[in-house]
Amino acid sequence: MPETTDILNALVLFGNFVFMPALSYGSQLALGALGVTLLFGILRFANFAHGDTMAFGAMVAVLVTWWLQSLGVSLGPLPTALLALPVAILATSLLVLLFDKYVYRYYRKQKSPPVMLAIVSVGVMFMTNAIVRFIIGPDDQRFSDGQKFLVRARDFKEATGLNEGIAIKTSSVITIVVTVVVVVALFWFLNRSKTGKAMRAFSDNEDLALLSGVNPDRIVLITWLITAALATIAGVLYGLDKSFKPFTYFQMLLPIFAAAIVGGIGQPVGAILGGYIIAFSELAVTYAYKKFFRYLLPEGSEPDSLVQLLSTDYKFAVSFIILVVVLLVRPTGIVKGKVI
Amino acid sequence: MTILVGENMTGGYGGADILHSCTVGVDRGEIAVIVGPNGAGKSTAMKAMLGMLQLREGRVVYNDKDITQLTPQDRVAEGIAFVPQTNNIFTTMTVEENLQMGGYLRDSGIDQTIQQIYELFPILAEKRRQAAGELSGGQRQQVAVGRAMMTEPAVLMLDEPTAGVSPIVMDELFDRIIEVKRTGVAVLMVEQNARQALNIADKAYVLVTGENRHTGTGSELLADAEVRKSFLGG
Repeated sequence: MPETTDILNALVLFGNFVFMPALSYGSQLALGALGVTLLFGILRFANFAHGDTMAFGAMVAVLVTWWLQSLGVSLGPLPTALLALPVAILATSLLVLLFDKYVYRYYRKQKSPPVMLAIVSVGVMFMTNAIVRFIIGPDDQRFSDGQKFLVRARDFKEATGLNEGIAIKTSSVITIVVTVVVVVALFWFLNRSKTGKAMRAFSDNEDLALLSGVNPDRIVLITWLITAALATIAGVLYGLDKSFKPFTYFQMLLPIFAAAIVGGIGQPVGAILGGYIIAFSELAVTYAYKKFFRYLLPEGSEPDSLVQLLSTDYKFAVSFIILVVVLLVRPTGIVKGKVI
Repeated sequence: MTILVGENMTGGYGGADILHSCTVGVDRGEIAVIVGPNGAGKSTAMKAMLGMLQLREGRVVYNDKDITQLTPQDRVAEGIAFVPQTNNIFTTMTVEENLQMGGYLRDSGIDQTIQQIYELFPILAEKRRQAAGELSGGQRQQVAVGRAMMTEPAVLMLDEPTAGVSPIVMDELFDRIIEVKRTGVAVLMVEQNARQALNIADKAYVLVTGENRHTGTGSELLADAEVRKSFLGG
């Protein structure tokens, strides 16, 4: 039998390397998936440009942060990027509205099928992608400042006397707090406000919403604004947590779409659930459990190998497998959404 | 005088004409029904009056005003409400939210109107927090009519309100529609169940291949030997 401290050590180890990272990564995916799912529910197409929209928003935040830093502006322990966030949201809104005006609107008026719009969004994705690389380049950029840790692993160990420690990153806490605030605000808006109800009505039954006097142009505009804000927030939070690199945002498309579809596309609650499911699966499957088992198993029987189900290089396979299984077994997703 | 009338309407959905100089009208506080065999253009006539198809000839007059060029949305804003035959509710929204969406264009007095609708359809008050998609067929139709009534319309157009509901529910729906009429609303409806519809009709139109075949009060048409023989099964 392992001792209590061993069990605690194992749990702390798991908390530090799987639970906490999954919670913040899941929040970032959830915010990304919310944008995809809202756009799918209301504009009725899968927006492949969403990952690069996140990159664009994060890029603006990086540039504004650098500028603020050069002026000596700082938020103390918090990252300066939070100050840059509103500007980034504004710039991203402008970008998506321009794309809507000059690209998507034409296909909407033609009543193009969703597949065509999805392909159009691939084109927009390449353009956004190019704009970002043109402005800031393809390389890794660091822009996080302030206090890196809220609780250091060493302090945790000293305080508890355990061998293992949980380090709580400031960026994780910010991610989780911001996600909660954004999600509460979004659900309040969708369920309580007149415009939010009109958006849900438009998503539910477009013809009847039009008959009820809902102005479709206004709904489309507001949907883009919300999507741009969600994408920027998700992009900046991810950048603060890891670092800013345009290509990683393109790669995030797969887990984000997997999250939206697993949760039930068109369903905001589903997008959040899906985000955490994907994040926890990804981290749980790619974590090396060797040390974890060393605490729990009797001496002499601990495993020699890393006990890692999948190398982190293959982490995208996890989203992919979950996506394929969900599409085969329950294509509507967990919360009953639309079938793509 | 009639509050809403489509005069000599001729037109279709782009291809061949479906309506051939067809005239349909309704006045405040009365029920007008359009009956006729399948493919007679009953629904098409109603949709033409709402502006969902372009007329080649003829015009639609509402309150002595020519509204032929108005879009359906504009006509709704003017006081013409329409309940489509299918997809006529927001299934994922609650009953109350459906009613609120019906009153979307109004700035005030929505809660009062919702109370009036609840008095008219007591079952909706009971189910106000339930998703409309979870209700039975008859209850859904009441939500649909209630949503349309939220604009406090002068004219209420119903496209086959009793399609797919049981005879008992149909009678109940007709009772409700009579009550709607008593509030001073002009009710125009297309119906498959011709005999029952003529029973409650103040005015009735029998359409055949997009033309007016018979016109009269409900009881006149019910008594008409030719109408009985051709459309009511003897």
